[in-house]
Amino acid sequence: MSQSLDTTPPSSADEPAYNPRNYLNAEAGAMSWLLTRDHKRIGIMYLVLTSVSFFLGGFFALLVRIELLTPGPTIMNAMTYNRMFTLHGVVMIFLFMIPAIPGIFGNFFLPLMIGARDVAFPKLNLLSVYLYLIGAVIALYGMIHGGADTGWTFYTPYSTTTVTKVVPILLGAFVLGFSSIVTGLNFIVTIHTLRAPGLIWMRLPLFAWSIYATSIIQILATPVLGITLLMVAVEHAFGFGIFDPARGGDPILFQHMFWFYSHPAVYIMVLPAMAVISEVVCASARKNIFGYKAVAFSSLGIAFVGFFTWGHHLFTSGQSTLDAGIFGILSMFVGIFTAIKVFNWTATLYKGAVVFTTWFAYFCGFLFFLVFGGMTGIALATVSLDVHWQDTYFVVAHFHFIMVGGVIMAWLAALHYWWPKMFGKMYPERWGIVGAMTIIFGFNATFIPQFLLGNYGMPRRYYSYPERFWPLNVASTAGASLLGFGFLLIAVYLLWSLKWGKVASANPWHSRGFEWDTLSPPPVENFLSDPIYTHPPHDYTEVPSGAAEVKHAT
Amino acid sequence: MRPEPEAATAAYVAHHFPDLRTQEHAARLGMWLFLATELLLFGGLFTAYSVYRYLYPATFAEASQHLSVAAGTINTIVLITSSLTVALAHHYAHHGKGRRAALLLLVTLGFAVVFLLIKAWEWSHDFHEGLLPGRYFHSTELTANGAPMFFTLYFLLTGLHGLHVVIGMTVLAVLMVLCWLGTYDHGYSTPVELGGMYWHLVDLVWIFLYPLLYLI
Repeated sequence: MSQSLDTTPPSSADEPAYNPRNYLNAEAGAMSWLLTRDHKRIGIMYLVLTSVSFFLGGFFALLVRIELLTPGPTIMNAMTYNRMFTLHGVVMIFLFMIPAIPGIFGNFFLPLMIGARDVAFPKLNLLSVYLYLIGAVIALYGMIHGGADTGWTFYTPYSTTTVTKVVPILLGAFVLGFSSIVTGLNFIVTIHTLRAPGLIWMRLPLFAWSIYATSIIQILATPVLGITLLMVAVEHAFGFGIFDPARGGDPILFQHMFWFYSHPAVYIMVLPAMAVISEVVCASARKNIFGYKAVAFSSLGIAFVGFFTWGHHLFTSGQSTLDAGIFGILSMFVGIFTAIKVFNWTATLYKGAVVFTTWFAYFCGFLFFLVFGGMTGIALATVSLDVHWQDTYFVVAHFHFIMVGGVIMAWLAALHYWWPKMFGKMYPERWGIVGAMTIIFGFNATFIPQFLLGNYGMPRRYYSYPERFWPLNVASTAGASLLGFGFLLIAVYLLWSLKWGKVASANPWHSRGFEWDTLSPPPVENFLSDPIYTHPPHDYTEVPSGAAEVKHAT
Repeated sequence: MRPEPEAATAAYVAHHFPDLRTQEHAARLGMWLFLATELLLFGGLFTAYSVYRYLYPATFAEASQHLSVAAGTINTIVLITSSLTVALAHHYAHHGKGRRAALLLLVTLGFAVVFLLIKAWEWSHDFHEGLLPGRYFHSTELTANGAPMFFTLYFLLTGLHGLHVVIGMTVLAVLMVLCWLGTYDHGYSTPVELGGMYWHLVDLVWIFLYPLLYLI
């Protein structure tokens, strides 16, 4: 098959040349976006939708932090506060962290990395965007009509008896689960069936390996959350009693079923982050990954063992000591698989020719948050320590470090690293570094005080606190404000660069990732001619010569 | 596959697939993965069932006596037979005999209607007896602790399964019309195969529901 698109090839990969016939301007008009089946446009739609959600969730977070600025009431009453932290959790988890990296970068780059023209099921891919939108609107309806006060975990029996509007938010999360399943299913089938000739499994980019592991969790865990949330909704609406002790039900069963999804969901969030980091580290070190197989299979290892760790959320819920011990040890296996990745990433940097770019700054931030957050995770998986820290700010700080820190660092790294490929424009590098420093510093300033607060015994989700916790709460709120400012800065310069940014070349970073073999922005059919792969990705053993490195079928 | 020249089926290949074989492989793999999600969806309810049966073994056995084993058995036979007819429908569609496939799909739909009618009769019987979920439970004969839980699970499981029967019927009805119009007479019958796979799953779930609910 030969390429039918008449696209002017660039004279040289290094020379900035905006690809004039690309996926962005191939068709015009709102309908060409709303009905598109192009995985790249769907990725851009996810970028817009998840970014709006992110700013919404961040807004709720700032309100929570402002409320906690003083020990007593500050700007809202206790009920509003409960609703705010619930909304913050629900929006950030279901509308941002789970869909963001797979939805944006998985959709955009997975086909480009395996030499495919699209994902396996383009119509289902579009459906996943609309399911996301419908789920978000249903949840938003619940928020406008009061919002739930249960926290994002919806623990029974409180969630089945509260007077707030839980049901719309539960149904919204249910629909969002469908969106997540459809995306995961699509990626697995794409990786199995649409790899270009020569792209054997052991040449598969590590991004694809990690996305594959993510998709397995999305497919196998999400339905369990779906049925669990439906049971809560049915019980809240009709009093079916399935988690109600008064009717013979067991509320702890809810916790088991909820965490059977929601713990693996942590890996739905962080595995795509690891996917991004595995690409970024090669491009910044200009070296092939150290220990390709170890990094690839540790993703699958995390996906597998992640299904057997949910009990570490129930150490203080009447679980037997034996169960708690088993779940604690299984949880530490995740630490081993993660450590394999961390060691291989840092070994990749060894003797690498690192250029300090914005996305490399985020890579460093990622390593710091992952290791720091991960080590506190190992501590929390130790039963005797967890009993002290259970439901304190230590847990809040831990999961914000590893989950939120990890995802946001990787999301921003991906956004900067792939910005030239996605839009054909360069972001302003100096502002990029300033933004990265602000974010990383702000993040530490927000959550390190929370580690201390938790260790001193401040419980999470409390509206007021004793005066001795005041200074650290002020520090945390100050950090959160800096964080908010940093995100605004990034949004401004990225949007600015779309119009006024320098034109990017096809491969401004001289990366040897497969997705850089095409033009910037890519043409509708992704490649000018169907690629055939003879090397693994990120093979820097020869002097790069741009797009000519991949042999093309005629 | 029927021995067809490539050109005859080329029209069915989407632009991003290299050939029809790959596309059919992708469709089948996608369907298998979707069926896995369905199993996990029911898996949540089966887990709840296991937990509560472990908590209330005697009550569950007693509550089960209030269901009609005859109705459950007839429904099991009806659904298993419908699996045969849907498999035959795919066989004929695969060999280009769309009309015959459409008739077999019609027979499958008939079995599905019979299943739903028997189910509706059972449910109305349960309603009448006060064998209802949670707070609506008001049976006079069955008073043991845990009995409302059995009927909560019974209605959730059979309700979710019934919903799947209705979805499956919709899919099969569309396929029936398309088969009758000769859409799959030219060497491409994957949609019929996928619809059949879904229907088999609906049967499979029932094969687990039947002993768990009726035969304890």
